[in-house]
Amino acid sequence: MSRVTLLALQVLVAVVTLALWQFLSTVPVFGKVLLPPFFFSNPVDVFSQIVKWFSSGVIWKHLAITLWESILAFVIGSVGGILVGFWFARQPRVAAVFDPYVKMVNALPRVVLAPIFALWFGLGVSSKVALGVTLVFFIVFFNVYQGVKEVPTTVLDNGRMLGMNERQLMRHVYWPSALSWMFSSLHTSVGFAVVGAVVGEYLGSAAGLGYLIQQAEGVFDVAGVFAGMFVLSAFVILIDMAVTVVEKRLLVWRPTAVTRD
Amino acid sequence: MAMTEPTAVALDSATVAFRLADGRVYTAVEQANLSVAHGEFVAIVGPTGCGKSTLLSVTAGLLKPAAGSARIFDKPLSGLNRDAGYLFQADALFPWKTAIDNVAIGLEIRGTPRTDALARAQQWLTSVGLGAFAGRYPHMLSGGQRKRVALAQVLIRDPKILLMDEPFGPLDAQTRQIMGNLLLELWTADRKAVLFVTHDLEEAIALADRVVIMSAGPSARIIGDWRITLPRPRDIAEIRMEKDFHALHREIWGVLKDEVMKGYVQSTQAGAA
Repeated sequence: MSRVTLLALQVLVAVVTLALWQFLSTVPVFGKVLLPPFFFSNPVDVFSQIVKWFSSGVIWKHLAITLWESILAFVIGSVGGILVGFWFARQPRVAAVFDPYVKMVNALPRVVLAPIFALWFGLGVSSKVALGVTLVFFIVFFNVYQGVKEVPTTVLDNGRMLGMNERQLMRHVYWPSALSWMFSSLHTSVGFAVVGAVVGEYLGSAAGLGYLIQQAEGVFDVAGVFAGMFVLSAFVILIDMAVTVVEKRLLVWRPTAVTRD
Repeated sequence: MAMTEPTAVALDSATVAFRLADGRVYTAVEQANLSVAHGEFVAIVGPTGCGKSTLLSVTAGLLKPAAGSARIFDKPLSGLNRDAGYLFQADALFPWKTAIDNVAIGLEIRGTPRTDALARAQQWLTSVGLGAFAGRYPHMLSGGQRKRVALAQVLIRDPKILLMDEPFGPLDAQTRQIMGNLLLELWTADRKAVLFVTHDLEEAIALADRVVIMSAGPSARIIGDWRITLPRPRDIAEIRMEKDFHALHREIWGVLKDEVMKGYVQSTQAGAA
């Protein structure tokens, strides 16, 4: 399939879906509207709501808050994950002691932590960041741990035979290997940083995309809920594209850098 | 000979054993005596799984012998062998470094300023025929090119002893010959002691001053030691046509053949059990 055909077909799917939605929610079929506007709104209303948000400029504040929370969650979670991942991988005894607890905490659905974080950190930015951190940390942690553990023995022996001491092995062998594993999970960890922020906002906040959606839902403004969802999707796709650009630069040495999943 | 130059590598009744998962002890190499003189090129040949590589790891200090000792330039070896460069059978380049960085790293970790290290690395890449590939990452190079980079990576540190573990094993026949000639050319420039492990008897005779034959494992022993008096400089491809080469090959193969068959039978039995 050529690029043009593919793009045309992709656009066609969107057009058909939106047309069907608009038709079923406004035109009665056999005397009955199949998608009652109260529950399903319609594309035109949703679109005008999005336009209203952007033309009045309200949306920028919420986008900025969500972006800021995601960035903080990603950075803090990554730094923590890298440090602990390295520590555990180089100290198998520590890893063995903490292993069941790591598994336990990771098994916990993070949503249940939201109320606790709201109590501890208040309804502002920090409680959302905390929620995002708990998600990002484990992904980065597991990947860095794996990256350090899975350095090929030959490469390690080669480093030793070339005269590297432990510190140099760390810098030239373990660290690049761990980073490559971490970067390969960049899409997942960045995505989870956003999830943490939005879920946190949804469960209690005064700003952000999650807050917008929650507010609209509170007054049964279905158009607002859908509009929030579309803005959120576009937001995530833009971030994902940025990650792809970064990833290609960072993993230039890897034959698989361009393909994913 | 030993009066003037200390022996580069001397293994004295070195025995190497591993503890298997079920608690049994597997003796890979039994009482190996082997010496490599300064500037001598010694090839070890033996059937698959006879412990040739094990012996090399002992010399490198990556493995400790269960009994016996390894002496490097008349000093007992403890820890890693700092006088040795090791060319691995598998790919051992750092995949996240470009070719030139892979070569320069051996100098950089020694404290050579980066610009100097890079300049020397570029020279080495040129002398292994990869001057134009400095910026490539290992995955962008062919198997033969990666071996060239690995050779430059080891030689830039100017080790007194060169340990090579079937370095050209994964390459195709033509590339092997080219690499063999390159190795001889670089080795002739400054004669290092070389311990070269291979399963290819022809390659061993073509390259080495001495060919050492090991018996089939387990408890492999050194069962033969031939001096190869073919004149140097040699061309790997052409030397195989010489009469003397054939005579040596026939003689050594006579001993090696039985061990190869034994090794083959053992490996099939081990597979069945």
